Amino acid sequence: MPLFRQPPARTILGSFVLIAVIVGGGAAAFAYTAGWLSPGRLTPGKMLEALAPPGGPALGHRRNHAKGICFTGVFEANGSGAALSRAEVFTRGQYPALGRFNLGTADPNAADATVRVRGMGLRIAPLDGQEWRTAMIDAPVFPVSTPRAFHELLLASASKDANAMEKFAASNPEFAAFAGWAKSAPYTASYAEERYNSLDSFIFTDDFGAEHAARWSLVPAAQPVAISNDDLAKRGPDVLEREIAERIRSGPLRWTMVVTVANPGDPTADPSKAWPQDRRTVEVGTLIVHQIEAEPDGPCREINFDPTVLPPGMRTSDDPFPAARSSVYRESYDLRTAEAKDYPRAEVGAKP
Amino acid sequence: MSNSHYRFSPLQRLLHWLMAICLLAMLFIGVGMVSTIMPKYLPLISVHKSLGVAILVLALIRLALRIHYGAPSLPTDLPVPMKLAAELSHYALYVLMIGMPLIGWTMLSTAAYPVVLYGGIQLPSLLPQSDTLHSLLWDAHYYLAFAFFALVLLHVAAALFHALIRRDGVFESIAPVPLRDGPRSLRDEVAPAE
Repeated sequence: MPLFRQPPARTILGSFVLIAVIVGGGAAAFAYTAGWLSPGRLTPGKMLEALAPPGGPALGHRRNHAKGICFTGVFEANGSGAALSRAEVFTRGQYPALGRFNLGTADPNAADATVRVRGMGLRIAPLDGQEWRTAMIDAPVFPVSTPRAFHELLLASASKDANAMEKFAASNPEFAAFAGWAKSAPYTASYAEERYNSLDSFIFTDDFGAEHAARWSLVPAAQPVAISNDDLAKRGPDVLEREIAERIRSGPLRWTMVVTVANPGDPTADPSKAWPQDRRTVEVGTLIVHQIEAEPDGPCREINFDPTVLPPGMRTSDDPFPAARSSVYRESYDLRTAEAKDYPRAEVGAKP
Repeated sequence: MSNSHYRFSPLQRLLHWLMAICLLAMLFIGVGMVSTIMPKYLPLISVHKSLGVAILVLALIRLALRIHYGAPSLPTDLPVPMKLAAELSHYALYVLMIGMPLIGWTMLSTAAYPVVLYGGIQLPSLLPQSDTLHSLLWDAHYYLAFAFFALVLLHVAAALFHALIRRDGVFESIAPVPLRDGPRSLRDEVAPAE
């Protein structure tokens, strides 16, 4: 190739500078997008750091709601939900259900009486259809309005500053409703006696394309029996898992799934705000739990109860929490699967 | 592949630039989505999955075209190490364009997540849930993404080096439109089309 097109030296230098600027600019834009230049960005990793107990996270376990026990059963839809959402799980019929009763703590060895919040992760999966995952808690409202406030709550509750919580409550007045519940609501001695609430709002779409903002709850068939925290503590650190494993022997456990439909103007973006009591509710079916299995080898272990896994007919609303939970749960899942050896399965080699 | 074969076929050039946009978007979306807990996380991850599958399909078409049409030969005066780097980096780019979507898809399968694309299309699970495989694939997807981006930067630098400094017709062979200052032979070839 002849060199007759070779540009003069000055142009060459300019060209090298241009190439360096383009490549460097590309790398810088990438670093910015990755958050490396934004220390203030609230990343899933920062949320997990804030969730971790002082001694570090329990390796191999979920980074929150770390203590739990698996269940399997069916969701029996009565067909009423079809008026709200075209999701297959609301069509009259029975769908396999898998879930996990759990405690809202990052410590898988926490004593049951020391944990205020109890939860249920649930996956309803029609055999050929798209599945629905949800993770609910027994509190009637979420503690805070935004994911950032939740991060601040975690920092405040772990803070050595004695006034940290007081300051937090003062700057986040919505926290009062949850705090009031946490202080005064009676405990029960069974996962079966708890009501589990989605708290987050989702949008249901019916067959005609009409949209309904909704929250849901699983209301227990078992009558709640109040117990003092002291009495609960006396029954042992693992009373809830022992109790549910015993209770299932005398028959299946049931919850009615109740969907609450928002009126126009109800706060869908804020799970710390309850909707008025008179809102329309629809009983859409019954969760029937048939079997309880310990988590190390149980079927719920491998499931991330990501609340954004929704079937057609349901989608997220303007509530910012499902997205935040999804991103943080995903990172928790990625970490714990990489640490699986730190949380050994009981029957080695039982699973491929 | 005669001497007059100075440019990639129009379909190859179209795919190159279309995929350039897709791949850059993909890499930026990927690195951005895992660093945020904001509501945009959900649309980002949704686009990442759908675009990933689109890239896989486009890359396979492109591979078939590359096998069918081949590529214009590199300038004869290009130093051997540069020629080798050009060839190896192109192999690596094809491996990544096809491999990354497959790794991502399998990674989601081994985590028992449903893989749902735009329009509610659900992809089959490629493998059953597995902690070991999931973390292996996750590592691969993560580290290869950075290698991919580094390779893209290298590719851009090399393209500009050919276009601005060597001016040897290599950039013109893939340019979306014929360029005026291509080498004589190239101008001769495209002249009738103008």
